[in-house]
Formats: sequence, structure tokens, C-alpha cells
Amino acid sequence: MTKKLLLEKIDVPGIKTYDVYRREGGYRSVEKALTMKPEEIVEEVKKSGLRGRGGAGFPTGLKWSFIAKPEGIPRHLVVNADESEPGTFKDRYLMEFIPHYLIEGMIVSSFALGSNVSYIYIRGEYAWITDILDQAIAEAKQQGWLGKNILGSGFDCEIYTQRGAGAYICGEETALLESLEGNRGNPRIKPPFPAVKGVWQRPTVVNNVETIAAVVPIINDGGEAYSKIGIGKSTGTKLISACGNINKPGVYEIDMTISVEEFIYSEEYCGGIPHGKRLKACIPGGSSVPILPANLLLTTAKGEKRLMNYESLSDGGFATGSMMGSGGFIVLDEDQCVVRHTYTLARFYRHESCGQCSPCREGTGWMEKILKKIESGNGEMKDIDLLWDIQRKIEGNTICPLGDAAAWPVAAAIRHFRDEFEWHVNNPELCLQQNYGLAHYADDIQVPA
Amino acid sequence: MIVFSDQKLMEVKEIISHYPDGKQKSALLPVLHMAQEEFGGWLSVETMDYVAGLLHLEPIEVYEVASFYSMYNLKPVGKHLLEVCQTGPCMINGSDDIIDYIKQKLNIQVGETTPDGLFTLKTVECLGACGYAPMMQYGKTYREHLTKEKIDALIEECKVKNN
Repeated sequence: MTKKLLLEKIDVPGIKTYDVYRREGGYRSVEKALTMKPEEIVEEVKKSGLRGRGGAGFPTGLKWSFIAKPEGIPRHLVVNADESEPGTFKDRYLMEFIPHYLIEGMIVSSFALGSNVSYIYIRGEYAWITDILDQAIAEAKQQGWLGKNILGSGFDCEIYTQRGAGAYICGEETALLESLEGNRGNPRIKPPFPAVKGVWQRPTVVNNVETIAAVVPIINDGGEAYSKIGIGKSTGTKLISACGNINKPGVYEIDMTISVEEFIYSEEYCGGIPHGKRLKACIPGGSSVPILPANLLLTTAKGEKRLMNYESLSDGGFATGSMMGSGGFIVLDEDQCVVRHTYTLARFYRHESCGQCSPCREGTGWMEKILKKIESGNGEMKDIDLLWDIQRKIEGNTICPLGDAAAWPVAAAIRHFRDEFEWHVNNPELCLQQNYGLAHYADDIQVPA
Repeated sequence: MIVFSDQKLMEVKEIISHYPDGKQKSALLPVLHMAQEEFGGWLSVETMDYVAGLLHLEPIEVYEVASFYSMYNLKPVGKHLLEVCQTGPCMINGSDDIIDYIKQKLNIQVGETTPDGLFTLKTVECLGACGYAPMMQYGKTYREHLTKEKIDALIEECKVKNN
């Protein structure tokens, strides 16, 4: 049984409300933090080994230490709640069911960073969750955890929510800041980085919801205790949102020592695949990370059991591995068509490209069209090579990582499932009526019953 | 006449107070959400010009933002907007069937509005409910684990609301 930190109290009746949350030990980390120096808090976060939970996995304490402190210029903490990566719905779960956890983490983090006004930028579609957060902020303020001179410490802090309006790109931190300024969500060229010039050209730290929530147990129990959970550089616990062909879709908190196999098949987590179907493939970290066939998902190329952590999931690089990403875990059973699934993702990235860089603006639309052509039985063999060529010309040639995010799923699908693409081309009529199935992808692996 | 009530104007003022002095442009997204809700579910040029005036912006600054974000409707929509997700995880769980069923039931294509002006059907990309697929956005909340029966019930619910 994984030690729970963020979701430990999620089932306590009424935990959404201030009274119950406080009775269960909520806001203790604020009491403790305000007796510490801001630098000491940053030090604890560094010691914890916490890595950004939004997808990039950058060490949080290090990111905090980059924030510029020019005299007389305010600094800001902005929480990235623009959760939009297909397969990812973990932040929503945390904010919807235990909203005070985020608020508590934000007060501590704001104190550490010297932010007197902090923002939660939340995707526009999460309208009802914005109301839940506004309610939690109002309660916290009424109880003296926000506002002027919190607990007599001399520290002032306000938190405001800001809704986006439907744009995946605003999850990219500089696009998010543009959007917070009331502009189109076009990513900025870096440097300067937000830590030096962020929102309104002021030093800004942008962190994911889950990252900021994790600051609470780090302060309560110390960075060292947090760093002892997990394995290697994958410290602490991670929220995984699991979906697709599994018996128990949902959000799970794991310590990063369990195997992928256990995560998919054990009753504690996904509970296996419905109707006794076999595992075909999985996208383990949100739609942008490489899809893996069942054999490479469960076992690395070296023959070791693959674990649910940053290092193990990326073991083998893009040739035979994938990434932890945002923890959006999408499972495909033997009945799923990889070409069709990849087509929906390509359509997603075309829809979400901001249009600033031509490789992404033109390339995403081109990939979508070719994938649709192959999927609908009109593909030619040379289309597969063309697709490969286009994704290579997008990757690394754009201002922000959306270009890479659009290229990687297409590249991995061709790398691991080229047979299935060729089968579509060779069987233009058959591919409209039936799926390619498992072929050899899972024949050589033992999957638990 | 496109004018906010006094109460809504107070709300706008409150939102502007969240940002530093002179940075009222930051209020643009929230105020456009308010305007869309108040003035018929979409943003006409008149509505956008009104918002520009309120926030001391050039109209083009509002148009370029309104046209960037998918939640702002730049054309009129039906009274009830059904926005069904069609991205990978929802597709795996049968979103195509749900979309087809709504098309057939309302006798409209994606992007169209029923002749009585009651329903508009749209498809959208991932709304962050992949574990509860298939799903749609309806009003301020989500409808999840969709089935044909749930679609029937929702459409009935909308018709009753309208009577």
C-alpha cells in the first residue's frame, strides 16, 4: 500500500470545507513556515528532491532559487492549473475534492518566494472548480490565512483565480503569462525566463498544482523525509490519472517504486483490462509522450521490470522508452487501432497550435491530413515516410515544446507500429471494417490473467 | 442594448483590482466570459466593442483575443450548447457513437443549430475528464460516462427548462 500524502484525507466527509480540513491538520504547514526564513523553505524543497509535476520534471527548489530579486519590483507565484494534456485529469481531482490543499501550499510557497499577490490560472472549462477554489480562498481569508499580516508575521498575501478560455497552449508557462496579461496565448522566446521577467515583466515562478500541493507535506515533515519516499531522483509521491481500457479509471497516488505491471493489473490501481482483453499499448505520461507496445511497456530493453518513475519510464530513450510526463496514463487494449488513435492526437495538436511558428502551424495540419488519409483506407506507402519526415522537421524547430509534443506521438507510433500503418495501406477496404489487432506486439510477453 | 448592469460593473471593477495599476487588460478574459454569458451566449462585434471601451482597449485588441480562444463563440449558438469531446481517450470509449447519436437525434451536423434555436452541437478537444469518458461540456459543468440514455435524458431536461 502506497503511503498517501496528497490524497490521504480525500475520503474524509466534508474535507472540501475549511472546518473539516483544519480539524484534520490543515494549514499546519503555514504555521510552521511563517516561523522559518524564506530561504530555509527553499532549502527544504531542494532537499526533498521534488520535481515539477506538470510534465517537465524540473527540480522545483532549483527553479525557485532562480527567481530574481531586484529592489522594489514585486514578484509573483502563478499556479498552472491549465490542465489540458490528453489523458491528464489529476489536478482537477485535487482541486475539486480537497481545494484547501492547494491554497495551503500556495501560502507557504508565496512566502518562500516573496509573492504578495499570487494567481491560479485555471483552464476555462473547469468553471465549477474555479467556484470551489474561490470559496476555499474566501474561507481561508476569513480565517486569517490570507490578507494582511498573516498570523502576525508581517507577511501579506492575496490569491486570485483567473480562468482561461480554451487553449491547450496556455499550459506552456510563457503562453500562460501572456494569457494572464489578457493577450493571445503565444509563447514567448526565452530567455528572458519568467524567473527574471514573467507576468508584467516581473520575476515570476510558474508551478503546477500538484507541485505546489506537495510543498505542504515537505514543510510539515521536512524535505529529507519526503526525499526518502520513492527511488533515486523520483522522490515523493506522484498522482497518476489512468484512463482508456482499464477496469478502474481514476486518479491514484503512487510512490514511484511500483512496477507498471502492478499499476495496470493490481486491484489497488487500474484493476486490469476489461472483458479479459489483452494489453496492446500504452501512453504512460500524457498524449505527448511516446506510445509503447505492451512488451516494451512492461519490460525495458535491458529486460528489467519497468517501474512507474521518471528514470525507468524513460529508460532506453525514445528508441525503446517513453516518459513520465504529466502522469496521464492511457491504456489501449487489443481492439484499439493505433493509427486512428494517433490521428485523434494529431487533430488535437493541429487544433491547439497557436500558429506562431510555421513548422508547427503547417506541420500539425499536414500530419493530421495524412493520418486521416491512411486511416480511411486511402493511404500510400510513401505517406508513412512523409509523415516521419514532417515530424522530424517540426521537432526542435519551434519556440515552445508544443511542436515536440505533436511530433513525438506520431514518431513513436510509426517507430513501434509501422506494420499497422503498412497494413492499412495494403488493406484499404479491410481496414475500414476491422482493426489490425495485436499482431506480434504482445505475443511474446506473459500478461497476468 | 449592450450594457452591463450596475452589479456586473461592480464585478468588473473587482476583477480589475486583482492586477497592478494600469494592467486592466489582464481582466479581458474574465470580462469576455461575463459578456458572453450576459449577452446571448456569443460575442458580437457590438459586445466586443463594449468590452474594449470598458477596459480602455482598442477594439482590435479584443477581437484578436476573442478569436484565439475556443470558448468564445463568435457566431450565435443555440440556447443549449452541447460540446462533446472527441480526443483519443474519449474516442476509445465510444465518443464517435455519442456524436452520431446526437446528430441523428437532433437532425443536425456538428457545428449546426436546430431550426428552433434550442440546440447547437460542437465537438471539442480534450477537456480533462479522460477517466470519465465519453463526456461533454454542458453549461458550467461536465456530463460524464455518457450513454444514449443519458443523452435522451439531457435533451428532455433542456426542453423542459425551455417551457
